[in-house]
Amino acid sequence: MPLRSTGVMPSPSQPTQSDLTLRLQCDDVGCIYESRSGAVRALQNVSFTAQGQEIVSIVGPSGCGKSTLLRIVAGLQAPTSGRVSFEGNGPDDRPRCGLVFQEAGVFPWMTVLDNLAFGLAMRGVARAERVDRAMDVAVRLGLNGFLYHYPRELSVGMRQRVDIGRAFVADAPILLMDEPFGALDAQTRRVLQEELLSIWHASQKLVLFITHDIDEAVLLADRVIVLSGRPGMVRDEITVPLRRPRDLARDRSRIHELTSHIWQLLEADVRRELSIPR
Amino acid sequence: MTAKPLQVPGDSAFYRWGALGIVVIIAALWELAVRTHVASGMFVPAPSEIFRELAQGLWGGSLLTALGTTALRVVSGLLIGGLAGALFGLLMGASRRLSRLLNPLIAAVHPIPKLSLLPLFMVFFGLGETPKVIVVSAAAFFPMLLSTMAGVRHIAAVHFDAARTYGASRRQLITSVVIPGSVPMMLSGLRLAANIAFLSAIAVEMVAAKNGLGAEVWLAWQVLRLDELFATLVVIAAVGVVVNFALRRLSRRIAPWLTARELTI
Repeated sequence: MPLRSTGVMPSPSQPTQSDLTLRLQCDDVGCIYESRSGAVRALQNVSFTAQGQEIVSIVGPSGCGKSTLLRIVAGLQAPTSGRVSFEGNGPDDRPRCGLVFQEAGVFPWMTVLDNLAFGLAMRGVARAERVDRAMDVAVRLGLNGFLYHYPRELSVGMRQRVDIGRAFVADAPILLMDEPFGALDAQTRRVLQEELLSIWHASQKLVLFITHDIDEAVLLADRVIVLSGRPGMVRDEITVPLRRPRDLARDRSRIHELTSHIWQLLEADVRRELSIPR
Repeated sequence: MTAKPLQVPGDSAFYRWGALGIVVIIAALWELAVRTHVASGMFVPAPSEIFRELAQGLWGGSLLTALGTTALRVVSGLLIGGLAGALFGLLMGASRRLSRLLNPLIAAVHPIPKLSLLPLFMVFFGLGETPKVIVVSAAAFFPMLLSTMAGVRHIAAVHFDAARTYGASRRQLITSVVIPGSVPMMLSGLRLAANIAFLSAIAVEMVAAKNGLGAEVWLAWQVLRLDELFATLVVIAAVGVVVNFALRRLSRRIAPWLTARELTI
């Protein structure tokens, strides 16, 4: 089954970001937490770049500081050392980011419509335009029948779609996703991965995608950054040479090759984290 | 295959009629006890007597006036104390520094029965309405404050993260996350505050007022009009039921995103 990422969906009404030169750069980012049992090193010397409209996946054993890295890129947290910089975004340093959470990221007190349009509302966009643009994305994500529902009335998969939709409606040039499909069953996840690719293709944003699912990383990303166990360091950076749309059947052997390579890089760290020796 | 849907116990009319039935049965036994002289009608007037007295009081207006007076005290106290409590609760919930600064004071004043402050307020403000309303306000203030503070603290960190990444200003953070996020706890705080305000108003009236439901209770005791006493107690109980019912309806209106379970907390 091909993972569609070509123009299956209508292109969005808003002008696509022409920030071809948008570039995210992490230099020697380190993060140390103070905890009661002493300093915990979450990240150490993490450097990578991402630019244009690529999808970069970050995989690593749990507890390796993936989410911390994402929070640092989003500007929600300052790195203890190193720096995050952006280029191609004009005068103000950090471009707007859309953040998608693992679960329960949408506001339970807002309707689907208000959740979707949240980013625009914060920027003072008029109500009529907010509704218009939220509708566009709602249609593409199959949410248009639920605009006036509250999140608790939706399934988990649907709530994740609202969260993703909120990021796309906000039309930020950078999307930061923190295991957005982590809490979903395998089939729902598969469908949402496709939906993500198709909506991404239509809007062409820079996506930083955190996942613990190696298959997902390879399937979605142009490049996969493999982090080590705590403290998270860049173990390797792997380019996924598969052209889009990717086809699980056709590309099976290449995907398998890449995933087993990444697993080899990770396995020792994962086992150490779990204290289960080989 | 057809299966009969299970009766959901919470929804069935059985409980509604059952609850009413219990009240009716108790009243009937009571009436019977008085009529058969098992209980003395002098000390325990029969429900029919109480009901007559109640109808008279409401008709003739004395109970109605008392109810109005008490309601005014409760509502003003609830408005003043409740709003102040919500405001301070939001501020203290949002600011660790402010709450660290004020917590000791609150911990010290909260356990004082607010009724015991009445003499003090009467010294300051005279014998009029002011000290009474202040006591009711003080009683309503604390549950509202503590609930609101807890409400703000319970908002998930992801919601703040989300709002901040999507560019919420400080003001937008408050209007679109802090306030709606703490609404569930604020609503339960409001119910607590309303009940305590009502209770305090009755207590204040018993010790220091010439009118209001509390004063009626005290007066009835002094002249040993037990039918009047019981009639007033019935009014007090009825007000409690009505207020709680109304607040639950209001909650559902204000926070339509909450489940029935969250609303009853």
